[in-house]
Amino acid sequence: MESMRFKLKIWRQKDRNSPGKMVDYEVSGISPDNSFLEMLDILNFNLIKRGEEPVAFDSDCREGICGTCGLYINGRAHGPGKGMTTCQLHMRMFKNGQTIYVEPWRAKPFPVIKDLVVDRSAFDRIMAAGGYISVDTIGNPPDADTILIPKQDADRAFDAATCIGCGACVATCKNASATLFVAAKVSHLALLPQGRLEAKRRVKNMLLQMEREGFGSCSNIGACQVECPKEISLENIARMNRELLKAILSPHSDD
Amino acid sequence: MDSRLDAKIPKGDISEKWENHKNSIRLVSPANKKKIEIIVVGSGLAGASAASSLAALGYRVKVFCFHDTPRRAHSVAAQGGINAAKNYRNDGDSVYRLFYDMIKGGDYRSREANVYRLAEVSSHIIDQCVAQGIPFAREYGGLLDTRSFGGVQVSRTFYAKGQTGQQLLLGAYSALMRQVRLGKVKLYTRREMLDLVLIDGKARGIIVRNMLTGELERHSAHAVVLATGGYGNIYFLSTNAVNSNASAAWNAHKRGAFFANPCFTQIHPTCIPASGKYQSKLTLMSESLRNDGRVWVPRRLEDAEAIREGIKSPADIPEEDRDYFLERLYPAFGNLVPRDIASRAIKRMCDAGYSIHPGGDAVFLDFHSALEHYGTLEANRLGIHSPSEETIIRLGRRVLEAKYGNVFHMYEKITGEDPLETPMKVYPASHYTMGGLWVDYNLMTTVPGLYAIGECNFSDHGANRLGASALMQGLADGYFILPYTIGDYLADDIRTGDIPTDHPAFDRAEREVRDKIERLTKNGGRTPVDYFHRELGRVMWDKCGMVRNAKGLEEAISDIRAIREEFYREAAVPKVEGLNHELEKALRLADFLELAELMCMDALHRNESCGAHFREEYQTPDGEPLRDDENYSYVAAWEYTGEDISKERLHKEPLVFEFVEVKHRSYK
Repeated sequence: MESMRFKLKIWRQKDRNSPGKMVDYEVSGISPDNSFLEMLDILNFNLIKRGEEPVAFDSDCREGICGTCGLYINGRAHGPGKGMTTCQLHMRMFKNGQTIYVEPWRAKPFPVIKDLVVDRSAFDRIMAAGGYISVDTIGNPPDADTILIPKQDADRAFDAATCIGCGACVATCKNASATLFVAAKVSHLALLPQGRLEAKRRVKNMLLQMEREGFGSCSNIGACQVECPKEISLENIARMNRELLKAILSPHSDD
Repeated sequence: MDSRLDAKIPKGDISEKWENHKNSIRLVSPANKKKIEIIVVGSGLAGASAASSLAALGYRVKVFCFHDTPRRAHSVAAQGGINAAKNYRNDGDSVYRLFYDMIKGGDYRSREANVYRLAEVSSHIIDQCVAQGIPFAREYGGLLDTRSFGGVQVSRTFYAKGQTGQQLLLGAYSALMRQVRLGKVKLYTRREMLDLVLIDGKARGIIVRNMLTGELERHSAHAVVLATGGYGNIYFLSTNAVNSNASAAWNAHKRGAFFANPCFTQIHPTCIPASGKYQSKLTLMSESLRNDGRVWVPRRLEDAEAIREGIKSPADIPEEDRDYFLERLYPAFGNLVPRDIASRAIKRMCDAGYSIHPGGDAVFLDFHSALEHYGTLEANRLGIHSPSEETIIRLGRRVLEAKYGNVFHMYEKITGEDPLETPMKVYPASHYTMGGLWVDYNLMTTVPGLYAIGECNFSDHGANRLGASALMQGLADGYFILPYTIGDYLADDIRTGDIPTDHPAFDRAEREVRDKIERLTKNGGRTPVDYFHRELGRVMWDKCGMVRNAKGLEEAISDIRAIREEFYREAAVPKVEGLNHELEKALRLADFLELAELMCMDALHRNESCGAHFREEYQTPDGEPLRDDENYSYVAAWEYTGEDISKERLHKEPLVFEFVEVKHRSYK
């Protein structure tokens, strides 16, 4: 099988408070079928053998669904390719001998922990501010089929709900805005009858928390939609803005 | 039987046991719940659902996970669906039918009462999830849609495309974050549990490593709930996430929790085959695909060889030269036979030379018939008369993509091939572990106050788990079972007060963890941890995988010991402050290297074939497993007795079947 080699320029940073820098590495013996993270595994394997400290990066499921991995590769969130996470990126998408720049997500609300690992706990706090339907999970809710939901609404709610919370939208946004992330959750729940009851409170609280965490505002560039590994659409932002408008204009009406 | 193995199964008819039990166990009043703390380790479906429910009841809950956020837990990757005995299709389903399918699917090696209860609460799970806003698939009329899974003849699986696990986990995560916001749950992320702390014989706390600072922390509570998943990563290559591990459960085992049926590990038939020596994990292709995909290899060896060599393509093999071997061997269930059976059949075809994969072993999973079938139906629905073949395929593609879209995309990203043009190539891989910590009917382990829920316990799946029942079990345990049963134990603790973390038991546990870490970081080795994990994986896959025999298992045990010895001598673990992924891996592997030996011992002692445990010595002339109910109808629960794993003591919980007739398990 074809064997590839690459020049890597990787961001190294000891911890949150230390300055970081790009460091040059070379890897060879890479198969086009290796994933990008497997290529980094091989680099680390060799670094450890030489007694050097491996490059820290986060990953878990390695099949594009957990949202743990996220690298800025050659100036793009999750690298080249559409609708995929870093772990789904394969080396066949690069040219043999190519130089590859690897950086962490860069956004003030995502401080670097070490090398390529960042702290995305701000997303948890945004979710805690309202990304749910307020039902206790110990009750006896009515039979599931007593709530009829048009298929197209359920499908659109599902599409919005597929967000994996990776943060690519923030990393790629020049304002470091988390609007697409918030809009996806607001849309998912606003499209379902169960979620309507709290729609107004939800959109206001989640956006307020987003602002508190230091994320920027949306200026409708649309880069987030392009880089989102789940291809979550900008329509969700439009829907969220409508929800916000409704919440502001008629704060006391039910819906 | 050891009194510690009393399963505490309530009296009465199977359909009344759970109700009777709920009516008779003790409760903790709302005022007293505030005085009680519960630790939940793990934030997957079981952990997150339990934590949110316990907090909603009024307990003070602390949740620990090694991820940066609870939403990453590997439940997120479950694809196909969740079973529930709703009988919305009116196709003959019932609580009893689901119960029966699971008992049979598990090859009569699970506990009747637990399985019945699971079937009983299954339909509430769907109600609960819909109330939380889970966007399940729906029909045009607005009702919930269902599909079928392996080993059953009804359609009872609810789903959200190929991302059911993700949607259910995000639902549980959202409910959890709501409780975090309300201050009823305290969340500790990037913490890995390394030991359990017992005070006066009761589980009273844990030692965790803060993965950001490297510090060891002590946390106390009145009860500890483990929801830490399975040990499928023992094979190195598996469909588990790369960080999934057995350490929390294994260290609880070393503190007294019996480990049950460790050799019952599920090898899932349809995964993307391995391609090259640096592969870090394998990716599952949902079992739901076997609703519509047909598994085949060429009928003639020379055709298989021609495909492997790239001389022929699958399209060159005419219909009559294809062997749809699952349909041929198991006509009653066809492609939807249970996982253990499909896996062995696929292995057998590949071992006989019919593999179609140039790099190794694989068979085809082909969607062409489904494209035609759905395309024709869709054309009818749209009122298109005499559609062209091209239109049919185009419409069929639309239907299939709506059903399984993301699974197809995953396949295409990994292999670079479109599975609706060229048939998928699949081969079995380690996926799930039925074995786990022994628990009684209350889900309590043999350590008082230590509970195990979800995949990390053993109780519901016997020797083989049926598809779409892991999500069901995780949520049943967390939303509907543990919140009731834990009160019965905690009723004694309303006057206990907070548990101090300066107790000598915490000192001792912390010191032992510190010593373990030092042993790994001070050896001066130069070989990366992954090397040893790959070696272990190879041994386990070859000798304790889909097919086992006594000779191989004995060899495996000595191989494992040799790897373990070399690992402690040679493993390179950098001694760095703060985040240290290599140390995390080394600590997990150290535990896998012990559990692996117990797995092989368990497989060696069980002189029968049942479910996923296939011992070559025990098979029928046509290669079907030969169960031995007379001698092995029991749960093997192992007790840790000290560093030498070979000295673990075996306890047996007899399995009594009062409500199903124990039969030969056939899917023909």
